[in-house]
Amino acid sequence: MGIREAVRIALAMIRANKMRAFFTVLGTVVGVTFLIAVITLLKGMDAYMKEEFAGRIVGHNTVLLRRVPELGEDPQTEDQWREWMRRPLFSQNEAEWLAANVTTPGLLSYSYDQSARVGNGRGKELSGVNIIGANENFFRVREMDIQAGRPFSRQEAQRGVPVIILGVEVADALFPGLNPVGQTVRVAGLPYRVIGLLEKQGAIFGFTMDRMAIAPAKSPVNGGVWEQAGKVEDISFQVPRGELVPQAESEITGLARTLRRLRPREENNFSVETAEGSLGFWEKINGFLMMALPMLVGVSLIVGAVVIMNLMLVSVSERTREIGIRKSLGARRVDILTQFMIEAGTLSGFGGLLGIALGIGLAQLVSAVSPLPARVSGGAIGLAMFLGIGVGLVAGVYPAWRASRLDPIVALRSE
Amino acid sequence: MSTAPIIQARDLQKHYDLGAETVRALRGVNLEIHRNEYVAIMGPSGSGKSTFMNLIGCLDTPTGGEYVLNGQKVAGMKEDDLARVRNREIGFVFQTFNLLPRSTALENVELPLVYGGFGKKERRERAVQALEHVGLGDRMDHRPSQLSGGQRQRVAIARALVTRPSIILADEPTGNLDSVTSEEIMALFADLHAQGQTIIMVTHEPDIAAHAERVVTLKDGVIASDRRQTPVVPAPHRQRAEVAVGAGV
Repeated sequence: MGIREAVRIALAMIRANKMRAFFTVLGTVVGVTFLIAVITLLKGMDAYMKEEFAGRIVGHNTVLLRRVPELGEDPQTEDQWREWMRRPLFSQNEAEWLAANVTTPGLLSYSYDQSARVGNGRGKELSGVNIIGANENFFRVREMDIQAGRPFSRQEAQRGVPVIILGVEVADALFPGLNPVGQTVRVAGLPYRVIGLLEKQGAIFGFTMDRMAIAPAKSPVNGGVWEQAGKVEDISFQVPRGELVPQAESEITGLARTLRRLRPREENNFSVETAEGSLGFWEKINGFLMMALPMLVGVSLIVGAVVIMNLMLVSVSERTREIGIRKSLGARRVDILTQFMIEAGTLSGFGGLLGIALGIGLAQLVSAVSPLPARVSGGAIGLAMFLGIGVGLVAGVYPAWRASRLDPIVALRSE
Repeated sequence: MSTAPIIQARDLQKHYDLGAETVRALRGVNLEIHRNEYVAIMGPSGSGKSTFMNLIGCLDTPTGGEYVLNGQKVAGMKEDDLARVRNREIGFVFQTFNLLPRSTALENVELPLVYGGFGKKERRERAVQALEHVGLGDRMDHRPSQLSGGQRQRVAIARALVTRPSIILADEPTGNLDSVTSEEIMALFADLHAQGQTIIMVTHEPDIAAHAERVVTLKDGVIASDRRQTPVVPAPHRQRAEVAVGAGV
């Protein structure tokens, strides 16, 4: 007997007993729903972490060179922490040297940041503004768009002209309802001319990115606000394509070792990070959840399998006569076995489909009412379908084997 | 008959081991049935006729003796080989019809061909032909519950015929039918026999056995009598024959 024939019989059985079929596969539905919902949310979270979070902090296709890591591992020991704190910062001149000597195509930016008070000179002040001193490439590397005015130029950056670009929150606080471009602000008392207004940046995990102002690194804040005059915290090198990231990473590492005059055996006394590579903490959480998931899903699927097995046994005993008829007409053991296996697989496959639909729905619901993003993954759907059908096949083996072993004479005589 | 018998039972025995005692249902049956014979097997309950039918129908294997069906030694066969022999050589007709309730008449008739490995197109053609043969060409899409008892038994007969088996094995085929319908079914059997079909019918009703040309009676697990007779021609068959003759003139 062909598989299509068996599937057709299975579908007819499901149609004839819709309620029972539903309750039979409930365990499978729950397991698969859970699987899909959790994977969908984790994948969404993963994409968010990699594309949004790490992208915003490290930058897309970007290699981040720092004294200590920005996102990666925390120091493991007290000694390591002390070693990190002893490391020197890179200087603005070193950053310029890197930009001049790197051969991988790309754009290099450097920056430092320090919190300071910003006033409009007429009594309005805002404290705790993140003052960023940067070179002219910073806006492009960090993908920060200007909604009014302009960024500062290379000449302004080189000469340290006191010009500044304000974040939305700063502009709203100091110049409510006015165009801030052309106004003058005082950054820790230092006068700056506002030449641009940033697009709204939003928040990352609740931390606002709009309470900031960006000025040339060599302008008066260098030493005036930022005490380590001439130094920088972040050096970012952005390459045009993702596949260049590894090459850039190794070249920047090599150049930084040259700057630090490290011998071949000496370890790096600086950190090189990429958005993809620096999410160690997230990978740990993600990995843990992905490990826990199979156990949670497994429990529901095992329950589901037990229910399916029991109902298949009921089905076999109810249909003993049918099995007898089929055997009398020439069905071999393997025909009966296949028929019941396919029935169980079809049944739980339906449960799988239902679970996939419910799981996607659940994930969408969760992402609609919470900041957690959802991302449906084809792999998860495939896995869910595989598990769904697999549960039925595993659960169906014993009932199907019992059916195939029935004595045709006894089976024909049953009511 | 000069040809080899289609059924050859030699010293056929069947014992059931019930722990403490052994029931000897068949104690050595010798029987030959040739192609195109119409045999009724009779006997009171407990005579072993059901056991004998199960053996002839390859639903069971004998404890001792030999059984050759259409040249094949059935006695030592494994279950799957028996299934193949049932599929190819035997068309069962049961007292309780034994149709699949959720399948249409056509699907029921197609079923043995499904297990015989026939393609969809050939299955359909042969099933339609078999249903037309038993006069149910207009009821093919009906489910058993939508058919009368006589019609159900016709579907079962079509199902038995569709594989073109060596023998039709009917077990009390009229046991669940009223006398008029029984006569119709007997007329159909007479037609099939006239067309060359070998029919073996197990019954305890002498009226029904009267339609066969040979009556084998079992008693206490052995053959008590084996006699030939002139079959009674069923009433509807006579009528139809007259109509056919009239139409032909």
